[in-house]
Amino acid sequence: MSTTSGTAAPPSGQGGAAPRGAATVTPPDPREQRRRAWRARRHRWDVRWSPYAFVAPFFLFFAAFGLFPLLYTGWASLHRVELTDPTHMEWVGMRNFSRLWEDEFFWNALQNTFTIGVISTVPQLLMALGLAHLLNYRLRGSMFFRVAVLTPYATSVAAATLVFVLLFGRDYGMINWALGSVGIDKIDWQNGSWSSQFAVSTIVIWRWTGYNALIYLAAMQAVPEDLYESAALDGASRWQQFLHVTIPSLRPTILFTVVVSTIGATQLFGEPLLFNGSAGATGGGDHQFQTLGLYLYEQGWVNLHLGRASAIAWAMFLILLLIAAVNWLLRRRLRKSQ
Amino acid sequence: MRRNTGSHRSRAVVLVAVAALGAGLLSGCADDGDSGSGKSGGGGDDGGKTKITLGLFGTMGFQEAGLYDEYMKDHPDIKIEQTVIERNENYYPQLLNHLSTGSGLADVQGIEVANIAEVVQTQADKFVDLSKTPGVKKSNWLDWKWQQGLSKDGKAIGLGTDIGPMAICYRKDLFQKAGLPTDRDKVAQLWAGDWDKYVDAGKKYMKKAPKSTAFVDSAGGVFNAVIAGSAERYYDKSGKVIYKDSPAVKDAWDVAAKAATGKMTAKLQQFQKTWDQGYANGQFATVSCPPWMLGYIQSKAGDKAKDQWDVAAAPKPGNWGGTFLGVPQAGQHKEEAAKLVAWLTAPEQQAKLFKERGSWPSAQASYSLPDVKDAKHPYFAGAPIGSIFTEAAKGIPVQVLGPKDQIINQNLVDIGLLQVDQQGKSPEQGWKAATKTIDNALDQ
Repeated sequence: MSTTSGTAAPPSGQGGAAPRGAATVTPPDPREQRRRAWRARRHRWDVRWSPYAFVAPFFLFFAAFGLFPLLYTGWASLHRVELTDPTHMEWVGMRNFSRLWEDEFFWNALQNTFTIGVISTVPQLLMALGLAHLLNYRLRGSMFFRVAVLTPYATSVAAATLVFVLLFGRDYGMINWALGSVGIDKIDWQNGSWSSQFAVSTIVIWRWTGYNALIYLAAMQAVPEDLYESAALDGASRWQQFLHVTIPSLRPTILFTVVVSTIGATQLFGEPLLFNGSAGATGGGDHQFQTLGLYLYEQGWVNLHLGRASAIAWAMFLILLLIAAVNWLLRRRLRKSQ
Repeated sequence: MRRNTGSHRSRAVVLVAVAALGAGLLSGCADDGDSGSGKSGGGGDDGGKTKITLGLFGTMGFQEAGLYDEYMKDHPDIKIEQTVIERNENYYPQLLNHLSTGSGLADVQGIEVANIAEVVQTQADKFVDLSKTPGVKKSNWLDWKWQQGLSKDGKAIGLGTDIGPMAICYRKDLFQKAGLPTDRDKVAQLWAGDWDKYVDAGKKYMKKAPKSTAFVDSAGGVFNAVIAGSAERYYDKSGKVIYKDSPAVKDAWDVAAKAATGKMTAKLQQFQKTWDQGYANGQFATVSCPPWMLGYIQSKAGDKAKDQWDVAAAPKPGNWGGTFLGVPQAGQHKEEAAKLVAWLTAPEQQAKLFKERGSWPSAQASYSLPDVKDAKHPYFAGAPIGSIFTEAAKGIPVQVLGPKDQIINQNLVDIGLLQVDQQGKSPEQGWKAATKTIDNALDQ
């Protein structure tokens, strides 16, 4: 919309006409003039401010349910607050944070979050890429397959995890039964440190692979066909086409899924919580699969230390910012190297 | 020009509409909270009736036992509704949250025995004193149960519903195969008076144990059973945390660790899916069972184990679990709610609840009622649970409770003993890990 349409419109009446003579020119009616100026100003305001009004609802909600809790959590993290009396806040400065620095349970949770994040995200994205590539072929019933890969994503965490708990059962689990039939001893999935983290990662992989595959598939379908044709003319095999045409074209999409999965992995909560069944947020007898999210929950809602839980929440937030910064640097370097 | 102003006007209308929508949505949220709390706060008359809401956890069974219907029949102007959260770990933080904001509360709230000390010490001013409600008679209850619900200044903020006197449930068929007696009196004599004898019986059992069965479900279960019989556990009378040096905790820990290192446990964790499977598959021969667990065993072990299970007296009497009902000050029908609580916790209703749901009464006055005194459990080979649990209830010591009992207990069981039982750690390692977690949890 042009900002000048109102003011540039030729004034109707005498105002815009060429002067015929000084004597015949009547000065414009001041009331009309004022009205016109007001109208013009209103129009300028409208153009300038109404877009803000249109996006305002989102930002109002974000302020109420995103920004305010974030800031308030930061404020609470500087206090000693107990859930038994949350209105009584005692200023402790950075103590909650310095305490985390020396807290072996925090570092354990951070390490678990990292390992589970890596062993769930990396295979997940690789498998999603492969799946998307397969789905990109001309397939009979491709719609069916596309819906099928998305179904785990539509399953509730609770339902999926309960099933996986049974599958990974020590005494009567199906996986141990299958292993047993090929002569491998029972594995106590939940009590081992690696085995439990592997089991939790499996649930994550199962739920999110299809989702990422569909995102990749959408991006693949946007790759121009002639790139493949000319690659084929140059004698590139299917695999070479995948490596040298598909992957480079998908780079922004891959980066997007990496970022989203990393955020998801940092906040991992439901799967490890429910994997522990009724024992709750301990993350196993040796805290072997207690993630940062679980540790936050345990400190806040089991041990009732809201201030400390807020500090953990902020630590998680800062870790995410750090990851974002690293990601940004990597991307800049990638772009430069291109 | 006219069209121009027209579009201006409609733009303005859109703007106003958007703003109104935004504001409406925001205030709508606020409204939602208000009406939500109003609703659960017991407000609103339902067709001229006063609606009383109960916020409970687990399976307290008032509704299933038909007590609400009975009360509503006698009080046509009252309507009772309950909301139940399955697990107390999820219920309790929410209750604290609602108490501190004064909204979202039901007219009656359940409080678990593991939290009652904390509620009494930190939330007493937010509850109604029930001791003066008509029909509430102190002498109806076991004295220690009554005391547990009292605040410092003597207000009764929680009235006791059930308690959990302990017995041992055991599988007769497995005992027989292992060469142990099966008669419940002889079984009780095996370990009468001493938990070490229980472990000895376990050793005997394991020598001739039927294939892929164990003597007891879990080390944690043994710990809970032993600690349930001691007066001073995690806190001393002055309210100091003493669990690290408490002789009772050391005893219970040693017995449980002996069971674990003696390889007589099925290495399970209680209330997990795998524990349920253990019942279904007959994986273990004994489990310490308060009355509220009998129904659980029955549903998990199923019909095929009917008459295989029996109940014998525990080595020492103890108490595991139990609940209180309180009336928050923020409720809108405090008086009516208090009357309902008084009625629900009266000896007659506790006896009915026992008959229908197996919750053992905390009202000693009901022990002489025939529904309780002569009760036999058909699933457990007709065991005279009335007399077994009455005996046990009489022997329960007056326990010293503390605000963080639940956290200390859970970490000893789910961290410490779990490591010894399932992760192959030594009892010393398990103890160290548990105390570290507990120290971290108790440190403010």
